[in-house]
Amino acid sequence: MVRSAVTIVGASLAGYWAAETLRREGFEDRISLIGDEPHAPYDRPPLSKKYLAGDLDDDRLALTTTEKLADLQLDLRLGCSATGLDVAGRTLEVDGAVESFDGLVIATGTRCRTLPGTVGLAGVHTLRTRDDAAAIRDALADGARRLMVVGAGFIGAEVASTAIGRGVEVTMVEALEAPFGRVLGVEMGAVMADVHRHHGVDLRTGVGVDEVLGEGRVTGVRLADGATLEVDLLVVGIGVVPNTEWLEGSGLTLDDGVVCDGTCLAAPGVVAAGDVARWPNPRYDGLMRVEHWDNAVQQGVHAARRLLQSDEEATPFAPVPWFWSDQYDRKVQLAGRPHPDDEVRVVAGSTAEHRFAAFYGRDGRFTAALGMNRPRQVMQSKGLLEAGASWEEALAFASEWD
Amino acid sequence: MRVVVDFDLCESNAICMQIAPDVFEVRDDDFLYILEENPGEDRRAVVEQAVQRCPKQAISLED
Repeated sequence: MVRSAVTIVGASLAGYWAAETLRREGFEDRISLIGDEPHAPYDRPPLSKKYLAGDLDDDRLALTTTEKLADLQLDLRLGCSATGLDVAGRTLEVDGAVESFDGLVIATGTRCRTLPGTVGLAGVHTLRTRDDAAAIRDALADGARRLMVVGAGFIGAEVASTAIGRGVEVTMVEALEAPFGRVLGVEMGAVMADVHRHHGVDLRTGVGVDEVLGEGRVTGVRLADGATLEVDLLVVGIGVVPNTEWLEGSGLTLDDGVVCDGTCLAAPGVVAAGDVARWPNPRYDGLMRVEHWDNAVQQGVHAARRLLQSDEEATPFAPVPWFWSDQYDRKVQLAGRPHPDDEVRVVAGSTAEHRFAAFYGRDGRFTAALGMNRPRQVMQSKGLLEAGASWEEALAFASEWD
Repeated sequence: MRVVVDFDLCESNAICMQIAPDVFEVRDDDFLYILEENPGEDRRAVVEQAVQRCPKQAISLED
């Protein structure tokens, strides 16, 4: 149980909520919140949506007001990076200077994968931070006409959606056979593909990128099928890697993230939360790492409480994950954890109308609910998932809909 | 305790409905309705969770 100074490394969603929770729970000692970006904690979901469209100012991105942040009485250090950790010695290194801690929250998140051979090439972007988003927003405002999005995941889909809304010509390239295929499976992936095409995206699936062309600035892309397209803006959304390099040699277990126990504890007095944390969620087999907004909030809260608890008081972190993604005029929500080859059944609405709810099931178990403009049904389904409803029970519940 | 929703921000993600179904309801028209504008003190912790987990930060509490 932690009694004195807590350091939180990572000043985004999980880190902010960890700090807020410590104060809410009555922790009165020093809390240091260290972030490597120069900005006060801000919200990332709008970055690929309203902020990218130029419809949201910087100050509207803030996670909290200046007053509320001041009330937390944090030792807030922005533009600083943790560079090393010694768990046994209870010290960490910030920009090379060693300091001690009693409790530590690791919330360093992830960073974007990049396409090989594109480093330093103007017009090629990834999207993770406010500065990333501002650069793409400015490129769109400066008259980019032909955007290629590589990767049809959430970031790619939302960037495509925003750019289409600005009248930009958009090509989206996905190596898999369907967008979101690895998450949603082929059938629902095809529905996602239909939504993109319906809104005018030139979606090319099952094809990779062979070479990005241009001297100093991107001018085109050659695809693996031989097609060469002219491009003046390239956004790469091909996944992320956890920021754990600074923890090498620290004594923590690192394996696609910081490996924790079921309560988010990585070592005595050390917890991890958000995109960087990998833990055994008792609802599912194996270790889980979740890159969604709601998980960062909840895990930040849970991990902070864990620091203040004894081993006996600690409880497992056992959420049913969910996320939303806003694309065009559609709200996509997924609750649960589908396997791409689960049975899929549309239980409300119609996929052709792009307004529906669908259930995923496997071996008599209800595994996930997907909705497009069906928030009520998705959230009711999330309750069923939390209650451990069977496939039959879930279908019976849904038979009351529509 | 009074529940206030900024409907310009609300995008009907419905997480609030799942956390506090006696206070919030997203109906089939995809709009959020406040069922109980002045919930009892015993609901404070739950409503605060809805405030915290609203993806649009559209909910606030006035004492």
